Amino acid sequence: MSRRKDDLADSRWGRFKRWLDGEVDPLMAPDMETVAPRSAEAAGQAGSAVREEAAGQAGSAVRAETGGQAGSAVREEAAGQTGSAVRAETAVQTGTAAAVQAGAGSAVRQAADRTALAGTDGSVRSAAQAVLPAKRRKGRLYDRVYQVMSVILCLGIISVLLWTIAYLPVFGNAGNPDNNEVSARYIERGLQETGAVNIVTGMILDYRAFDTFGESCVLFIASCCVLVLLRIDKESGAEGVKERLKAADDRRFEPKEDIILQKCAMVLSPVIFVFGIYIILNGHLSPGGGFSGGAVLGSGLILYLNAFGFEKTERFFNTKTYRRITVSALSFYCLAKSYSFFTGANHLESGIPLGTPGAIISSGLILPLNICVGMVVACTMYAFYTLFRKGDM
Amino acid sequence: MVSHLFSNIEETVAVILFGVGFTMLLLHRNLIKRIMGMNIMDTAVYLFLAAKGYISGRMVPIVVDGIQDTTAYINPVPSGLVLTGIVVSVSTTALLLALVIRIYGRYHSLDLDEILMQVKKEERI
Repeated sequence: MSRRKDDLADSRWGRFKRWLDGEVDPLMAPDMETVAPRSAEAAGQAGSAVREEAAGQAGSAVRAETGGQAGSAVREEAAGQTGSAVRAETAVQTGTAAAVQAGAGSAVRQAADRTALAGTDGSVRSAAQAVLPAKRRKGRLYDRVYQVMSVILCLGIISVLLWTIAYLPVFGNAGNPDNNEVSARYIERGLQETGAVNIVTGMILDYRAFDTFGESCVLFIASCCVLVLLRIDKESGAEGVKERLKAADDRRFEPKEDIILQKCAMVLSPVIFVFGIYIILNGHLSPGGGFSGGAVLGSGLILYLNAFGFEKTERFFNTKTYRRITVSALSFYCLAKSYSFFTGANHLESGIPLGTPGAIISSGLILPLNICVGMVVACTMYAFYTLFRKGDM
Repeated sequence: MVSHLFSNIEETVAVILFGVGFTMLLLHRNLIKRIMGMNIMDTAVYLFLAAKGYISGRMVPIVVDGIQDTTAYINPVPSGLVLTGIVVSVSTTALLLALVIRIYGRYHSLDLDEILMQVKKEERI
């Protein structure tokens, strides 16, 4: 009878039931050594009570497991002993006495079995009660319900959106309602009004130039926020600045002066810089523009930094350079485009001749604005990287 | 209706990607994975916008040989919108990651539940 109960506890259904009750983690290997992670210990020392609790739970779980194992070990031992006793008695070959002895042995064995099982059951149950108070079990149940509900919600959202798409106009059809007079006007008059061969660039840097100014400002403000959040001020003289700088500088984990990376960077980074500058300067003639060219320039800077280290890049790019470049580019953009607000928000002629379409110096203000946007984007990308990497530029 | 879904396969894929990102946002407790889910949602929106701007058989909106006919080029408006969206998503992602770094430095965890429990405990004290 006890045997059957043991089977139920170990069977698939029993394990599933225990998982439903939230008692075990099905992903944990059965023979895994449970050791509290060092970070938890450290956090516990730092005084976070939650960590301590978690560590305590892990400890009690370990204890329960070992208790169970000890119990079963005891049981096996007892069985083995009784078995050997039985064998020894049969070896004596005194018939009735042997039978009596064997019966006594089996009785002893059953008793030992029962006590061992009771012990394991009791220890497991008490451990489970210690580990999982009712509140925690409710939390687990809440987690399960939350997961199921969120999957249902997401499936509902997907199906509603798919239902919407089934009623959208056909993909790639010229008569769709979004191809209205706005895009027709941009295509038909864009070249004459802005001078840009690339209609998208003419649109975002001439018709909607103020919107693009807002975009550059968003980038600038995001980099300022990252600066506020992550910068470690060297000159502040506060406590622990040196340790924080040391901890933030992850360069000690990688090989310094990596010869393969340096040779590759020596060949690649000039090409990347030239390509980025080409994309920025040809923004009004070909695909690309300030944003993509600036991203290419920034990635070239990051490659150079990775190959040669901060000592080399700090000679030409530090916080002061970053500040000067971004602020001057943004103020030029602002002055070049926001003067129309002082004249009644009309679109003003810039006074610069549009030039012949297709030439590099053409289309009025679009080329300088592209350069401004490219500089802001390149500086921002590089600033993001250095700030995330060591908390400074 | 189902055949329409297949003829609009780009929009369908975009919507499914959006749903995948939203599921990640809801189901994952790890903050970095939540940010990844948000980026997947961004990508889905770009795909949707680009699919809306496309007209089959037409060219990129860059004037070639002085042809300025509306029947020659695709719609340039969604391209500009996608550009704006990419810039904003890069900025928000950088800001969120910086915030996550600060949160990790304070609570030594990326698990949202654990962070909330610690915050509650701090408030009680």
